Formats: sequence, C-alpha cells, structure tokens
Amino acid sequence: MNLLVTLITAGVTFGTVLMYGTLGEILTEKSGNLNLGVEGIMYMGGAFGLAGAFYYEKAVGAAASGPVAIVLALLAAFVAGCAASAIYSFLTITLRTNQNVTGLALSIFGTGVGQFVGEFMRLSEGGYVALSNHLKDSFAAAIMPDFLQGIPVIGPILFSHTVFFYMAVVLAVLMHLYFTRTRSGLYLRAVGESPATSDAAGINTTRYKYLATIIGGGISAIGGMVYIVTTAGCVWNHEGLSGVGWLAVALVIFCIWRPLNAIWGSVIFGAMMIMYLRVSLPFMPQQLYKILPYVVTVIVLIFTSMRNSRDKQPPASLGVNYFREER
Amino acid sequence: MLGITKSFGQVLANDHIDFSVRWGEILALLGENGSGKTTLMNMLSGIYQPDEGRILEDGQEIYIRSPKDAYEHGIGMIHQHYKLIEVFTAAQNMILGLDDVKMDMRQVDARVREICERYGFEIDPSMKVYDMSVSQKQTVEIVKVLFRGANILVLDEPTAVLTPQETVKLFKVLRNMKEDGKAIVIITHKLNEVMEVSDRVSVLRKGQYIGTVETSRTNPQALTDMMVGHAVSLNIDRPRYDNPQTRLVVEGLTCVDEEGITRLEDVSFTANTGEILGVAGISGSGQKELLEAMTGLYPVKAGSVRFLNDKGEEVELIGKTPMQIRRTGVGMAFVPEDRLGMGLVGSMGMTGNMMLRSWRNGRGALLKRKDPQALADRILEELEVVTPGTEYPVRRLSGGNVQKVLVGREIAIQPSVLLTAYAVRGLDINTSYTIYRLLTEQKMKGVAVVYVGEDLDVLLELADRILVLCGGRVSGIVDARTTTKEEIGLMMTHLGGKEVNG
Repeated sequence: MNLLVTLITAGVTFGTVLMYGTLGEILTEKSGNLNLGVEGIMYMGGAFGLAGAFYYEKAVGAAASGPVAIVLALLAAFVAGCAASAIYSFLTITLRTNQNVTGLALSIFGTGVGQFVGEFMRLSEGGYVALSNHLKDSFAAAIMPDFLQGIPVIGPILFSHTVFFYMAVVLAVLMHLYFTRTRSGLYLRAVGESPATSDAAGINTTRYKYLATIIGGGISAIGGMVYIVTTAGCVWNHEGLSGVGWLAVALVIFCIWRPLNAIWGSVIFGAMMIMYLRVSLPFMPQQLYKILPYVVTVIVLIFTSMRNSRDKQPPASLGVNYFREER
Repeated sequence: MLGITKSFGQVLANDHIDFSVRWGEILALLGENGSGKTTLMNMLSGIYQPDEGRILEDGQEIYIRSPKDAYEHGIGMIHQHYKLIEVFTAAQNMILGLDDVKMDMRQVDARVREICERYGFEIDPSMKVYDMSVSQKQTVEIVKVLFRGANILVLDEPTAVLTPQETVKLFKVLRNMKEDGKAIVIITHKLNEVMEVSDRVSVLRKGQYIGTVETSRTNPQALTDMMVGHAVSLNIDRPRYDNPQTRLVVEGLTCVDEEGITRLEDVSFTANTGEILGVAGISGSGQKELLEAMTGLYPVKAGSVRFLNDKGEEVELIGKTPMQIRRTGVGMAFVPEDRLGMGLVGSMGMTGNMMLRSWRNGRGALLKRKDPQALADRILEELEVVTPGTEYPVRRLSGGNVQKVLVGREIAIQPSVLLTAYAVRGLDINTSYTIYRLLTEQKMKGVAVVYVGEDLDVLLELADRILVLCGGRVSGIVDARTTTKEEIGLMMTHLGGKEVNG
C-alpha cells in the first residue's frame, strides 16, 4: 500500500511534465497538424523557463519572490514554445511543407537551441546554473493546506503536489470544456476533421490552425520548464529531458485525443517511467521498464483500431496539409 | 443566368448559356456527361466564377464570389460528395460557420426539427453523421442548406446514390418545398425522374444550351433527341479486320463494392481479335469496375473472365492478381482512367515509367536501364511527345503528352488485349486522333481492344461493336456500323426496353 502511494505520488511529479506536453499536442493535433517537434519544443521550454527564473533572480538578488519567479518561468517557456511552433506553423500551413519532416526538423532544431541556451548559461556562470534554495523551495512547494495533505493515503496522492500539477489539471478541464462546449472549439475540431468542409462553411481554417498550433506549442514547452524546476531540482541538466517529448506524442494517442484522459494517462505514464526505481525486480534491466509506456501505447493503438469506434479515431485530416484549390 | 461562359484551359465547358428558374417550380437540368451541367451550377453556388455573363435574382444583378456569397443570396447547392464532418452530429454540422446562431444545441435541434416537420424530412439532429446511411446524409445536406435560409436549391444528381424507395421520399420532399415557393434545380440524366418530378426541363449538350420545355408537353424520346443531338461525322478511319476470333469471354460477371452496392450485375460479352469493342454508358454505370475486374484489380463476386489464346487454350483470369495474370502469358495492357494515379508515376521521367513494365527483366537486384531508355526514346519520337527530355517528370507534361506516354508503353508490350478507359478525356483534337489511330493500328494487328468512352460520336465511328452499360447491367450490344446515336442514348438511360434500375 505504502509502495503504491509513493509510486503514484512520484508518478504525478513526472506525469505533470508529460501532461503539459500532451495537452499542448492535443490542441495542436485537433487542428489537423501533427507537430512532431514536441521534443525540441520541450527542450526549449526547459532552457528558456530556467533562464527566465535565473536571470530574474540574478537581477533582483535575495529579494526575489517565488510567485514572480514562477510566473516569469511560465511566461518564458510559453513564449519560447510559441516561437518554435510558429516556425512549424509557417512552414506547414503557409508553405505547405510535409508535416512529418518539418516536425522532425523542429525536434532537432529545438533540442539544439535548448542545449545551446542551457550550456551558455552554465558556462557563463562558471560551470553551474542553479537557483537559490529559496526559489527552489517555492517551485517545489506543495500548495494545498496541511490538513488536506495530512489525510492518510488520499492526502499524499491528491494534495501533496506542486502548483504546476493543479494548473495542468485545470487546463485539461478547460480544454475539455473548450472542445465540447464552445463554438470556437467546435470549429477547431471541424478544421481538424475536414478543412475543406470548414472552408466551404466560411470558417477561417488558416487562423484556427495557426492559433491552435502556436498555443499548443507554448503549452507543451511549459512541460519542459516544469521538468527542470521540479524533477531536475532547478539545475540545468542536458540529458534529463531527452525522450520526454516523444513520450508526450505517444501519450496523445494513448489518451485518444481527449484532454481529460491526459490527467490519469500522464500519471500512469509517469509512474511507468520511474517504476524501475520503486519496484525493481532483480532480473529486469531498467531499460525494459523504460519501454513500458511505448508498449502500452502500441497496445492502445491496436485496441482502438480493432474496436473501430469512429469517436476514438485521430482527427481525420491529421498530418495532411490543406490546399483550397485542390478539390 | 444570362450569357454564361466558362472555359477550362482550351475546353469550353459552358458557351453563352441562358438559364432561368422560377420560384415555386422544380426545374430539371438535363444533359449527358460533360455537357456542362455541374459547371453551370457551380457558378451559381460560388465554386467557379463565370468568364462572361451575368446572374440576376428577381431582376437584380448579383455577384457570387464564394459559397458564402451564394448563401447570402439564398442559393444552396447539394453536391454529389457531401460536405459533412463525420464525427459531428447532424445539428453540429448545421451550425458550422454560422457565427450568429446561438451555441445552444437544444435551440438548434428544435429549429432542425421544425424544418424537418415542415417539409417531411426524417432525421435525428443528435445523430452522428458516421452512423447515417447515404440517404440520411443527403437529408442532412438538404436541411443544412435550408437551415441557412436558402430559397434556391440546386441538387447535383441527388438520386444517384439512393434506392428507389428513398428516391420516392426525396421527390415528395422536393414537391413540399416547391409548394413552399422555393426554386429547385435538379441536375440529372435520368429521363424517368425528369418526367416524374420536374415542371420544366432545360437541356445542355456539349456546353451549349439547347432549350427549355414544359415537362407536361414533352416525352422521353424528344428529350433524348435534344440530349444527344444529331450524329456528327468525325471521319475516323475504321478498317475491317479479316478473320476475327474470340479472345476474351466474360460471363455473368458480378461485383459488389465495399458498401455492399452492386456495381456490376451479370455482365456477359466477348471481345474479339481485330475488333474495337466500345463500352458506352452514363458515368458510374460500372465501366471502371468492369475494366478493373478484368485486370484483377477489383474483387469479383461471381462470374468468369476467360482468355483464349491463339491455340484455343483457355485461361481463367478471375481470382488472379495482375502479376499472376502476366505470368500466365496473357498479354493484357490497361490504360486506366486515372492516368497519373494508376497509370504512371508522376514524379518519374519517361524512362522510369517504362521500367514499371520491365523492372523484372534486370539481372539480380540490378535494373536494366538500357531497354526502357530506348523504348522511351522511341515513344518520344514516334508519338511526338512534347517533353524537355525522357528524364523530365511526367507529372509536368500536358494531359495529351501524359496519355501518349501511357498508351505508348502499354502498346509496347505487344498486348493481345488492350483495355482503355476514357482514353481521350481532356485531350485536344489532334492528340485524340493520334490515340484513335494507335488503337486502330493495334486492332489491325489482331489485338482485342476494349474502349470505354463517353463521346457517342467517337464510339460510333471508332468501335466495331458497342456494349451499352446501364446501372451495372448490360443494356445491349449493338453493331456500331448500323446503330444510331438515339438507339444508344435510349439504351444508356434504360429506355431500350429494359427495366429501370436505381
């Protein structure tokens, strides 16, 4: 029991990172754009997010306030993600380049930019970038009142997490409401299903695709920042993030493109990723544990395609660029 | 619509057409394939812009630049391919793009139900489109157009996908809308439907406006004459081949598509050496399925296709893949309708495309490039293909040159059976004659040629016999030298004495 509780709690910590990456990519894919650049976007989010908080602290010194640092880190990561996916949007939507190739290129590009910024900070600060303990604490603080955290079992599972986790849950719920309840959400889904139909109905497909892809990239980038300020302990770490973006892409499929599923889906994925630390079996090499999320994704894919339910399919135009003149 | 003209490249699709529809009537727009019916209506619904001419509504000139403009003028078109989002409900599809309608689905549902009750539609607004039958989807399209306040409705071959019972229902609804004062245009080539539902008929032929008549004062025979016109002499050389022999025997061929619709039903005929067998029929009558079934590309439910070689030995082709057919030594060449999709690889040059027929001739894993290169050069020269070089992507060539490359390659394998689908579609006159000449040459070499065509004038002069398809059935096989255009026209629309089928 105790083991399970610690496993879930640790799963939530890593899952929060994935949740941002996944939610952003869900928003992007709902517009019909398959942005495989999440990996690069999250790297950039991590580096720029840390940079935001770090240079803020450097500027104001010991007077640095935790909440301000959090807001600045969020903003820096979000803007970096938006910028990266704006490149992707321009290439695929306006210039109609192949989405897969562009996404892969963005992955490589973003990883490089993230590494560059991170290493630049490290070297220019004498080989080590880290925030002060005071800020570290405010990033890692559990925000729920003590009496809730004190409840046995439920307390640690539900109420012991950082502000980023609760923000991600709220975001997932908001996205769910946006897709299902609002006009603009309906239009966005229509664009992702059939741009030609939406275009004929007078919907500005280009605008929807741009906005969804850019904002989606910004949200994904926050995931990278959250990784650096929580799991990595506010220290630039140039390998910790590798593979996380791909996991988020897989998770989008696992969640069958539904934001609410991302909440529990990312916790499960997070738990699977750290299982080798918590429930290690002597004969299982840890690499085998690490492929678990991907194996599960493949199984989910097989099941959803076997059940053949039309509601559980990817957006119909996913990965296909839209030319108005091509009928 | 006054003096409407529209051309695509060199092809004049609509030539100074005057066309009018009145409030509270159903007008049938009748014409053969390619007569410009759909083009004309697409200009009314904002998909194309006319090159010349004016459109007036209630005496006022209006300009339609987009489907949205058309909606604003109360014009709605129901296309053959429905524009619906499959994972949305009927009601969600209705409100797409309508920014001034409240997002209250209960209100939307109520309005949809109100429209349905008024005209006698039956749909459930909260049903998902992917759960609907074809006829239900069509209903959603019509209601969607009405929901947007259309008073002029254009339906492009609405009955093509419906069962007879569904057609009856649709016509009832159309009459209800007519009573309500709406103007309705249905594009069709089915004469019996014209007679049944319309008030007036406008006829187009090859982009020309022929005339408008009151349905009550005309008959199917008169309409067919208007539709097909009088035979035009094309002076295609048609020599006789001395000693025709049976080459291909098709018996009881029946094909059913993925959706369970019968595409071909009990089709039987023979194709002889030294003969061009023309295949006529309204588009979608099973021509494509027939050719693909014979080449092993389309699943066959029943029937047989037997190939007889010169020694009189028989080979059954059904159940074999194209590769297996080739291995049995049957020289079958196929010029498909979709040239760049099925026939050639657009981004490869002529040489590369020649290799698609000969890639197995190399030694081991290496390709033999010399022969295809020589063949490409020969075709380039003999058929006068206009291209910067044999390595130039064929996708960038004009339609006529693409077709020359394709036909040249297929002829080069020295086939004993040559199947062609719409071999001259979209080609200019000169290239068309080149193709006719090539086909006739093949015929005189003793090849059994099957020519699926749409221009009856060409079929009458090029082919030796003509097989007429109607709704996937053989309506008849006639001698092209003695038959008339009217006779074939009637057989195509099932007035040749056969029963009417969907």
